[in-house]
Amino acid sequence: MSKKDWPLWEVFIRSKAGLHHKHAGSLHATDEEMAMENARDVYTRRQEGISIWVVESKNITASVPDDGDMLFDAAKTKPYRHPTFYDIPDEIGHM
Amino acid sequence: MENKEVLFDYVLRIADNALILGHRVSELCGHGPSLETDIGLTNIALDLVGHARVLLQYAADVEGKGRTDDDLAFLRDIREFKNVLLVEQPNGNFANTIARQFLFDTFNYHFFAALTNSKDENLVAIAKKSIKEVTYHYRYSAEWVIRLGDGTEESHEKMQSALNEIWDYAGEMFVADEVDKQMLAEGIGVDLNAIKALWEERVTAILKEATLDKPEDGWIQKGGKQGKHTEQMGFVLAEIQWMQRAYPGMEW
Repeated sequence: MSKKDWPLWEVFIRSKAGLHHKHAGSLHATDEEMAMENARDVYTRRQEGISIWVVESKNITASVPDDGDMLFDAAKTKPYRHPTFYDIPDEIGHM
Repeated sequence: MENKEVLFDYVLRIADNALILGHRVSELCGHGPSLETDIGLTNIALDLVGHARVLLQYAADVEGKGRTDDDLAFLRDIREFKNVLLVEQPNGNFANTIARQFLFDTFNYHFFAALTNSKDENLVAIAKKSIKEVTYHYRYSAEWVIRLGDGTEESHEKMQSALNEIWDYAGEMFVADEVDKQMLAEGIGVDLNAIKALWEERVTAILKEATLDKPEDGWIQKGGKQGKHTEQMGFVLAEIQWMQRAYPGMEW
């Protein structure tokens, strides 16, 4: 089993209940089980998480950097889309 | 032997299995076959050394001669180490490392699970604390046996040879001597026959899934539990102990 053949996986960790999974990094593994074990060993050894998602990198569709102007720049001139006029109560917590 | 001495010996055996295997696996830190397996094995090594530490602390308390866990780890001579011969065997290639780990982890998982029912409160507490990690090891090494056995032709062949080479060392874990018998009779120790049945069942199932042949039982290499070790053990102790031997009392 040559390491060159191991597919790349992306790892997402939920650090505590109520928070969403965040991208933690990537790793190599031959299958889902190994990806899960490796994610546990590499990314949660200092109590970083309580839940792990792994997904093979090839299954992620990413935006193309060259499309940046078209996709994102237009939003720069639309500050009214930010809910800046609302007070968020403290009890809401993470937003 | 007095009760206290028997218990001391019994705890040392459990502690030394963890210490010596932990040391062996730690030799791979920075040398694992991939970043992921390197860190996975290093985690296991750290877990085992952690188990060794609490067990040696308890052994030192039982002995009651003012020795500490460090004294027991760094200043005992070879004949006073009571680990099974299996755990002192060298890492070899990755399949050798996994074969040794799989045979031991399967034993260790059932052993610690049984130890949670001991009449000795300290052993119960230690077993309950360690079993989570031991359960992970038990799964980790079995997964690798399946992956290598049912992998490529080359990985299958290496995994099979690794099992064949180490097999004679597995039997010692289940050979009960006077210490084991007395501890069992007192409700402190574990019934090794019961562990053996559970071990056989699991090992047989995993090897079948891994498309590997279970090696024939034959000669059992034993003696470690009584302090009689293979030539490998001297190298392990030299590495573990040289610093305390060269600079007595050194701390950092």
